[in-house]
Order: sequence, then C-alpha cells, then structure tokens
Amino acid sequence: MEIYADNAATTKMSRAAIDAMLPFLDTVYGNPSSLHFAGQQAKDALENARLTIARCLRATPKEITFTSGGSEADNQAIRSAAAIGRLSGKRHIVSDAIEHHAVLHTLKALEREGFEVTLLPVSANGIVDPAAVEAAIREDTCLVTVMYANNEIGTIQPIEEIGNICRAHGVLFHTDAVQAVGHLPIDLSALPVDLLSASAHKFHGPKGVGFLYARKGVRLTPLIEGGAQERGKRAGTENVGAIVAMAVALQETIDAMPETAKKLTALRSRLIAGLSAIPHCALNGDAEKRLPSNVNFCFEGIEGESLLLLLDDRGIRASSGSACTSGSLDPSHVLLAIGRPHAVAHGSLRLSLGEDATEEEMDYLIENVAQVVSYLRGFSPVWRDLCAGKTPFLL
Amino acid sequence: MALYSEKVMDHFRNPRNVGVLEDANGVGEVGNAKCGDIMKMYLKIEDDVVKDVKFETFGCGSAIASSSMATELIKGQPVSEVKKLTNKAVAEALDGLPAHKLHCSVLAEEAIQSALEDYQKRTGKTIE
Repeated sequence: MEIYADNAATTKMSRAAIDAMLPFLDTVYGNPSSLHFAGQQAKDALENARLTIARCLRATPKEITFTSGGSEADNQAIRSAAAIGRLSGKRHIVSDAIEHHAVLHTLKALEREGFEVTLLPVSANGIVDPAAVEAAIREDTCLVTVMYANNEIGTIQPIEEIGNICRAHGVLFHTDAVQAVGHLPIDLSALPVDLLSASAHKFHGPKGVGFLYARKGVRLTPLIEGGAQERGKRAGTENVGAIVAMAVALQETIDAMPETAKKLTALRSRLIAGLSAIPHCALNGDAEKRLPSNVNFCFEGIEGESLLLLLDDRGIRASSGSACTSGSLDPSHVLLAIGRPHAVAHGSLRLSLGEDATEEEMDYLIENVAQVVSYLRGFSPVWRDLCAGKTPFLL
Repeated sequence: MALYSEKVMDHFRNPRNVGVLEDANGVGEVGNAKCGDIMKMYLKIEDDVVKDVKFETFGCGSAIASSSMATELIKGQPVSEVKKLTNKAVAEALDGLPAHKLHCSVLAEEAIQSALEDYQKRTGKTIE
C-alpha cells in the first residue's frame, strides 16, 4: 500500500487546476502588462482569478496581492506592518513561539533593525492565550502576528478573539493562514484580520504561488521593486497560469470543505485512537482544536528520522520534527514550545491526511507505525534504560 | 539523489550485530538523547581479539548504519587495530555520509573507543 500522509508539506495538484493551468504554458502566453489582445487575454484571466479568490474568502479583489507563496506573503505582511509602525515611532511586535520560520526569521531580522519582539509562550496543548496577547500589547505595538493553524501540530488558534483584541487596541493583526486556507471556513468580511498569508500548494494548487490579503487601507510595502504589477506592491511579470490554477484549486477545495472536514475528522479520530494504543506515546497539540487532517505524536525511546525512513520503505510518506529532519541539532521549536523535552521531541511523527484517505489506510498506518516503533525500541539504549527503570518515562 | 548511499540504507535496513552481549567485557555508551543520538557498544574481547560485538542505537538512519558498519569493521580484529579505527574509516566504508551526518560516524568511533577503555579498566590491561 502507498499512502501519502504529508499533505501539510504539500498536496497533490487538483486535475481541474492542472487543466486550467495548461493553456498558459501553451497558447495563452501574453504578458498581462501588454496592451494588445494576447496581453489582455492574460490580464483578464489574472483578474478573474483574483475575483474568484476574493469571493472564496469574502474579501474584495483589490485586497488580494499575488506572491510567490506563503513565505513571501508572511515576509511582506510583517514588513509592511513594521513600515507603518515606523512612521509613528511604533517598534514593538507581538507574536508567539510556534510560528513558522517565515514569520520568526522575519521578526529576527526586524529585531536587528531596532524592533522589539515579544514571543508569547503557548499552552501545553499548543494554543495561544488571547489574554496573554492583550497583556503584551503596549503603546508602541504596531503588529500582532499569530498563525491561523499550526503546520506541525495542527492546532487552530483563537483568531477571532485575538483579532477583536487587536481592533480594540488599534493594532494591526496578521495571520499566517497557510495551513488554514481551503481547510477551515474563513470569512474576511467578518473576521477581524488585517493581513493574511496563503499558499496555493497547500490546497491542491501549484507550488511557487500564493497571495497576501491586506484589508483596504493597510498599505503594503513592496519586497520586490521594478514594475507596476500588483498595483506596485509586487513587481515582476505575474505567473498567470499558476495564479489561475490557484483560484480553481481554492474554489474546488472550499466547495468540498464541509464534506472533507467531516470525513477527515472521523478518520483522524480513528488514527489517533489506534496510535494511542502504542505504549508511552502522546498526541501533540489539542485533541479538538486541530486541523481535521493533522495527527502528530511523540513516541518515547526512538528517533524520528529512522522511523520516517522505515515507514517510507512500507509506502508511508510522513514527516517528523526530529533534529535529523530539520538539519539542525535541535528538534522542532514547536514541540519544545509545548513542553516536550528534547529526548521526546526527537521521536515525533506527523501524519497529515489528504481528502482521498480511507479507513483501510488508517488501519495500515496504525499497524505499521506500531510495528516500526516497536522494532526501533528493540535496540534503543534509551528504551532499555526506561524499561529498566534507570530513567523515568516522560510519556 | 537520495540522502543516503545504498550502503548506508542497507546497513540501516538490515543492521548487523544488533543487540546486547550479556558476557561483554567492554561496554561503551556515548552521545545524549538531547541531541538525538545515543550509541552503546558491547565488546567481548578474548586473547586481544574482538571475538564478538553488539550494538544498540537510538538515532537517525545514519547513526544506526554507522554503528552497524563499525561493528563489522572491528569484529574478529585484534584490539590494537580496533584502537586505530577512525570515523573516517566508518564513513568511507559506508560510501560516504552527508556532511551534516558525519557526526554519526564520530559517535561510532567514540563508542568503540569508550568500550575499549572500559575493557582496559576492567582488566587492567593496556592496549598498545
């Protein structure tokens, strides 16, 4: 059996999105900035895509700026809010410890430019406390940035509550919604969010394209200069085919969302229940306030990369927050932030389900994860010491 | 290209000399769980020769493969030769490791050296 359970990393492109994209790689190759027919044909497609995306989220087309993806959108959102803050001497930003690196590293860069950043801790179940956000807001706070749903542990943040607090204090609010758009209902006509980032390949669109929503009146600072594209907010000839495909994929994913969410929530429960039977393991992140597709566990006494490789041999494509998969010596900052000790965080496994997942696949996942964990524990000196009582079990 | 060589994957998938030697007379454990790698080597040394060796490893694919390869390299070898084992020899025998995984071969060398030290302490012998 082959199971792609890494949909939080990327998703398979939808057939409709591929079909919508193909003409732009072939006959419809005009530059949307050209005045002639070929150019205007591309321009129309571009603006139709913008309209579709705006409608999907109940925004207006002018509030949607196309980017190269989620990371660029995060960078631009934060840099734009910082630029607005600078104008009135506000140089303080509030965020949290489990953000994506596209946010965290941008904040680090701003710290070097004289900004002050407050990174709030999260609870053991991976949720940001709105009261802590309110307490952290100061006179000189120019931005609060809290992700909509976490990419590793899938926890869904209280975005509306945090947004209302930001509104009340007159502070801009950005949310990295890369894992949420297409997967959770989002109505920007009601949600108190000023800036929102999204990435097409997380909802069955192509890679290398995304968008930034900026509420009317929130001035964006271009990261890339050199042209009038995207109303001067993002220079460079637009990737028309990818943008068109993104719009098709988003519409399709949102149309299917109620059914998908219901189906995946049931499969997720089955998977969590099955994996919980493995001794000395723990679910990472809140059991309820999480993406329907996300399952993330820590298994004591083993290391995540070897688990991933052996699952790969069995046809299971998964992901881990171990140091060996991150390319650094530290395991995932998200797992550390929810209080998992290093030794435990190294033994993590993320399974992120796709719309076509089945019950049989969940049972195959449960059976094979249990077998591989047991096999690796069989020659783990850490597991031996735990079982011998030399070191205490942490899970 | 895959992350690991065929040799690494072979030793990772089918590790040689896995387990515990109850009658080991030299045991070494290195690494720590915080960094994500722990290796334990069990040596049974007789007449200055490594008669048997087993290992246990908590770690990534290359850590398991490095331990496995290291046990193959030293099994049946005189301790004077084993003492000269380097991480480079382990990595080369595996047809190379990615740069950020070379520390796994270092751990394998250290685990064996630590087991030899334990043997010398237990027996009062000095390996030349």
